Amino acid sequence: MRKSLTTLAVACAAFLATSAFGQTPEEVKKGVEQYREMLELGNPAELYALKGEALFKKKRGPKNASLEQCDFGKGPGVLKGVYAEMPRYFADTGKVQDLESRLVTCMVQLQGISEKDATKRPFGNADKPSENEQLVAYIVSQSYGDPINIKLDNPKMKEAYEIGKRLFFYRAGPWDFSCATCHAEENTRIRLQDLPVLSSPAGAKAAMTTWPAYRVSNSQLKTMEWRINDCYRQMRFPEPNFISDSVIALTTYLAYTANGGVYKGPGIKR
Amino acid sequence: MKKALIAAAAGALVVAGCASMKEMDAKYDAEVVQWMKRDFHARGIATMDRLDQDEVQRVCTQYDNKPPEAMAKQIEAGEMKKIKLPSDGKYMGDWKAGQKIAQRGRGMTWRDKPGSTNGGSCYNCHQLSTAELSFGTIGPSLNQFGKKRGYTVANQKYVYEKIYDSKAFTACSNMPRLGLSGTLTEQQIKDVTAYLMDPNSPVNK
Repeated sequence: MRKSLTTLAVACAAFLATSAFGQTPEEVKKGVEQYREMLELGNPAELYALKGEALFKKKRGPKNASLEQCDFGKGPGVLKGVYAEMPRYFADTGKVQDLESRLVTCMVQLQGISEKDATKRPFGNADKPSENEQLVAYIVSQSYGDPINIKLDNPKMKEAYEIGKRLFFYRAGPWDFSCATCHAEENTRIRLQDLPVLSSPAGAKAAMTTWPAYRVSNSQLKTMEWRINDCYRQMRFPEPNFISDSVIALTTYLAYTANGGVYKGPGIKR
Repeated sequence: MKKALIAAAAGALVVAGCASMKEMDAKYDAEVVQWMKRDFHARGIATMDRLDQDEVQRVCTQYDNKPPEAMAKQIEAGEMKKIKLPSDGKYMGDWKAGQKIAQRGRGMTWRDKPGSTNGGSCYNCHQLSTAELSFGTIGPSLNQFGKKRGYTVANQKYVYEKIYDSKAFTACSNMPRLGLSGTLTEQQIKDVTAYLMDPNSPVNK
């Protein structure tokens, strides 16, 4: 771990040293790509996953229980590969749930924590990460190498997919944006940031196999709920509620489109 | 006869299936807004009425940004009427101020304070001056815009109008309607116009 952090520091220094003016756009882009490759050698998301594991196994809440018996869709206590099949339909809640929503369910059911407390601080900051972020980092790391496999084998899953698809293309707000404004055309970027075409399998796979991710510009691990939240902020929309059906529907559309992609997260982003 | 009946029955089933698929599609179409209104909340200046589509947004969503030509023409004519030209008849401001506005990406989000100065976010999607290497490519390169098109008053007016309301020229343009939405002031649009149209601007060097 220490070695990989040293590698990270060297990579940062190398990047800063080469990011001078007077380069062509291609050179700048290549520099950014090199920087990202080097970062993958020492992804700080590992630290989040370690803290998340401790938190997951710790007895907490009024019921003084851990989250170890949480059922993420493959039975109580099974973590291997579960994230690659989420969002999914859960019969006990009668709802389509993403990972972050399911974690709340388990905190309420197993630990006796109130839903209000469990959703109080989903997104942290660089100084103080949220427990949600740490737990997410741990759980998703247990799906590394597993193919994304979302099945629309339930009317609620079909509904989530169909609504999610429509949310993706819904233009509104003062700037007339939809998700598709930035994510529906090949080979485009905002400033120097490449934009995946999320309505195509290749683009959706690129995104969904690498989120959640440690984001260097925020010095923090960011979850999928956060990713969608911050897109809506930049689209100049009102704010989506955490673990709301709409966010989960949009995630279902993206994840289904990414089916077959091999999960490689938690990833690392600019 | 029996075969024909079976075929007819199967055909009827297919037709019924298609009809119900269409019904489901219409149901989902109608439900999207309800989902959003239930699942979003106002935060700061980002109020809930932002989820309501105006006619342009509704048509562009419905036709996947490719409305029938007559409908597109109708939108463009309607948007043209919404453009407020500068009261003093001058389209050009200060290109140096325009450069700052083109660089600035802040404004109109739930984090921005009411009354704060908005940017135009131009570089997010367009190349302008070649000195700025960090530019987006969702929109076309506007480098050398004035030099290539000609430094005419007619072109100044076009640039002003395009920034004010892009949909007056392309019904379902990706570009925000920066004047109509109240993102940029008259003076700011003049400044950005100058950034594109002033012979001394780095955009035209």
